[in-house]
Amino acid sequence: MSLTLTTGLIIAIAFVLLFLAVLTTLSDGLVKMAAKQNGQDPDSFGVLPNDVPSLMKMRKGRPNHVPKDANFVALKRGFNIRLLGEAKEVLDTEIPTVQSSTYAIKPKDFIGMMPIPKVVVGEGDNIKAGDVLFYDKQRPEIKYAAPVSGEMLRIQRGEKRSINEVVILADKEMEYRQYDLPDLNTVSYEQLSAFLLESGAWPFIRQRPFDTVAEHTMPPKAIFVTTFDTAPLAPSFDLTVKGREAEFQKGLDVLTKLTAGKVHVSVNANEPKTSTAFTNATGVSKHWIKGAHPAGNVGIQIHHIDPVNTGDVVWHLDVHGVLVLGTLFTKGIFDTRRVVALTGSEIDEPRLVYAHQGICIENFVANIPTKEEVIHTNKEGEAVKTIRRAVRLVSGDPLTGTQIDEKGYLGFFDDQLTTIAEGDYYELFGWLVPQTGHPTIKKSFPAGLVKDVYYKADTQQNGEYRAFVVSGEYEQVLPMDLYPQHLMKAIKANDYEKMEGLGILELGEEDIALCEYVCTSKQPLQKILRDGLDMIREQG
Amino acid sequence: MGLFDVEFWKKLEPSKEKKLAHGVYDGIFTFLFKPNEVNHSGGHIKGPMDLKRLMIHVVLAMQLCYVIGAYNIGYQHFLAIGEHTGLLEAVHLKLAMGLMQLLPIFVVANAVGLGIEFYFAAQKGHPIEEGYLVTGALIPLIMPPDIPLWMLAVSVIFAVMLGKEAFGGTGMNVVNIALLARAFIFFAYPTEISGDGPWITAVDVENGVADYSWTHTMFNGLFESLGWATFEQGTPLIKDFSGATALVYAKNGGWEAVTEHFSAWQLFMGGVPGSIGETSKLAILVGIVILLALGIASWRIMLSMAIGIALTGMLFNAWDFNAYMSVPWYNHFLMGGALFALAFMATDPVTACSTNRGKWIYGFFIGFFGLVIRVMNPAYAEGWMLAILLMNVFAPTIDFYVVDANISKRLKRAKAK
Repeated sequence: MSLTLTTGLIIAIAFVLLFLAVLTTLSDGLVKMAAKQNGQDPDSFGVLPNDVPSLMKMRKGRPNHVPKDANFVALKRGFNIRLLGEAKEVLDTEIPTVQSSTYAIKPKDFIGMMPIPKVVVGEGDNIKAGDVLFYDKQRPEIKYAAPVSGEMLRIQRGEKRSINEVVILADKEMEYRQYDLPDLNTVSYEQLSAFLLESGAWPFIRQRPFDTVAEHTMPPKAIFVTTFDTAPLAPSFDLTVKGREAEFQKGLDVLTKLTAGKVHVSVNANEPKTSTAFTNATGVSKHWIKGAHPAGNVGIQIHHIDPVNTGDVVWHLDVHGVLVLGTLFTKGIFDTRRVVALTGSEIDEPRLVYAHQGICIENFVANIPTKEEVIHTNKEGEAVKTIRRAVRLVSGDPLTGTQIDEKGYLGFFDDQLTTIAEGDYYELFGWLVPQTGHPTIKKSFPAGLVKDVYYKADTQQNGEYRAFVVSGEYEQVLPMDLYPQHLMKAIKANDYEKMEGLGILELGEEDIALCEYVCTSKQPLQKILRDGLDMIREQG
Repeated sequence: MGLFDVEFWKKLEPSKEKKLAHGVYDGIFTFLFKPNEVNHSGGHIKGPMDLKRLMIHVVLAMQLCYVIGAYNIGYQHFLAIGEHTGLLEAVHLKLAMGLMQLLPIFVVANAVGLGIEFYFAAQKGHPIEEGYLVTGALIPLIMPPDIPLWMLAVSVIFAVMLGKEAFGGTGMNVVNIALLARAFIFFAYPTEISGDGPWITAVDVENGVADYSWTHTMFNGLFESLGWATFEQGTPLIKDFSGATALVYAKNGGWEAVTEHFSAWQLFMGGVPGSIGETSKLAILVGIVILLALGIASWRIMLSMAIGIALTGMLFNAWDFNAYMSVPWYNHFLMGGALFALAFMATDPVTACSTNRGKWIYGFFIGFFGLVIRVMNPAYAEGWMLAILLMNVFAPTIDFYVVDANISKRLKRAKAK
């Protein structure tokens, strides 16, 4: 009997595999025996995976710090934009508390609010923190409150007499409005919502669809709280909640009274240590979420935990909002204090500070040369002087924030000031051999291959506006079962039925912001999405 | 001051009322410089990828096809007259011949196409878009080497006007522009463009001699002075000359007939008659590697199309009705334009399916239909052009059903609660 080379090889390979299998099984058994002898749990030692489920979990990437029986969501798609100018992580005791002479609340931070809300305080009136400043004439029950005490300074108006800012000249010592707190154990939904609406804490509760301030006449099917922010340069909520764990828990208790459904709290599974306020929260359903940005966005979390269907309403808050509710019910005061990150490559020293909502950024940016004079020659050959904006100041993160000026105020929900260099430069063959670095997932750039490099951000559009050409690139960074490009086309075509069918009601601008970042055609996706949401909202 | 100075170019800017002049200026300016546009709405930062960069990488990926394709034009000619038959013999003659054949094709395809593009951009008042960059690079590669230039020009005019501008320009076209140009030639001038004739250049088949034009003979002086071989007018063709491609042999006698004329290695390297860019499978594989490594073309379409070809090929092998069907399925990748279509034609993002699930279906059916046309249809030697054009038309329908499934999933979820 003759053996061909092929059969010989196959037999040899089979023997080698068999040998390896015997070797690993043997060593696995030995390790387990040794563990048992030393009084350890043999299941947590070994060479081979214990069983098939654990093998599957390894593939799903459940980290060890996530409890075994906890709800866990691993998101594969996404992208962390690495930028220079992250605020340095410090101990909470080292964070300075800062104040500014004026504070402001900006009605335009609230989606769908009428351009001229009714301001109920007059110029020169004395106000306390928590006193009502204004309300929307369409929804007069919802009161918007002053973050600090002081004197009502002015109403800053913009185009067509719309109100841009309601400005308060702050006191040195904060005075708080007195509240008549309801008893949480016996309070009904109506009593509690009426109290919160009047207290000024209600606007912290927003709803999906539309991301407007929650509609109190429609109790939600669930309430979502996200406890981490994956946006570029965003501060960690762990520091804000430090020392205020009891207030956070109280805030969650208040929320449980507002819904017949569950309160879902998402916990960051990317970090081995997160605040115990989040991991030990009680009375709520906790979900560990792992993944790159936009994993921290509440819209993504809602999609994976309890998605919004047509006709559904869910509410959502960030940690600041829960803390405001919690402080209201523990200390009886309206306290909007939060950790604010001063970030971006243009600020001298990116850092964290404690500040109240609506703080003026004047002192933070005093040293930044935000404007510069440039001289260039015009067609006639004469020298012309123009003022060029050199640094853009953004309230919020660089993907979704609002541009403000040097004397502007941080937005209602914002806990971040971002400074970005203006990118109004020409670049010779910039599309072919870029000399400036930008974070990207596209592998035709060195930055797409080398992951851990941080780049200086600028506001260059990096190309020209084009029709949709590339397909599949939005899906790469959006961890949702959704077709963003088809949705955008449906919005542009005013196709209401298709918009809803494709899940527009699940989305907010922040969710789609990363798609806009990676878009090859430079399509303004956030604006298109908001136009679509406005159309549906106006239809009723 | 200089050509690469922004201020210099800014001074040259024509007034915006002169639409065509300003359009052309804008096209050149944005080619030289990334414009100083900043973000106004939405995100304050944006990623560095733009359409120009995407397109240029596709063009870069097909450069080896150009090099080997050009050399092969000359190589095939000298095989036909039985001189310098070694691969590396008389390299200068083969290169000169290939370049003199390829360059006019490239210039005509781009000048005509870009001319139309510039005109329409100016008329519509939108900037010149870079879509034609890839189309203009693809068209020469899918043409027979001996194509008359006027035919090429007519086909490009037809394809760009009817296939692209009528639909609204870059990103709006339904079918692949380059393939539309090829299809136009194929159906408008069938006798000149298929069969055994057009694959070998500079031969007079009727009289059986080499027939050089001034574009070739003008090199003679130079080569002579260097003591190299020259183009010799009137050299007779070899006795059993036939310009047939592998596909023709396969149709008549199966894989055995193909291997009588070409070795598998020859088919892989590209020393066979065929359209300019399709012959070298090696060059195309390099292109595929570049496209996939840079994440520019869809691997889903490529993989599913390869699976489609393989499965259909196996089906034919099992059927085994005639000699063509019995060609081993893996050898179909070595013949004709299968691999070129897979790399550069099927993956055009505008005309392909835009959903990931749709891409699998789209690629598979291109593979299936392409091979069915190739093997079963006696009228057409090759099937990929027709298969891709067919699937281009069906791509929106496939997408519709994929997207519709997502919509009904959402509706079902709403009802379930």
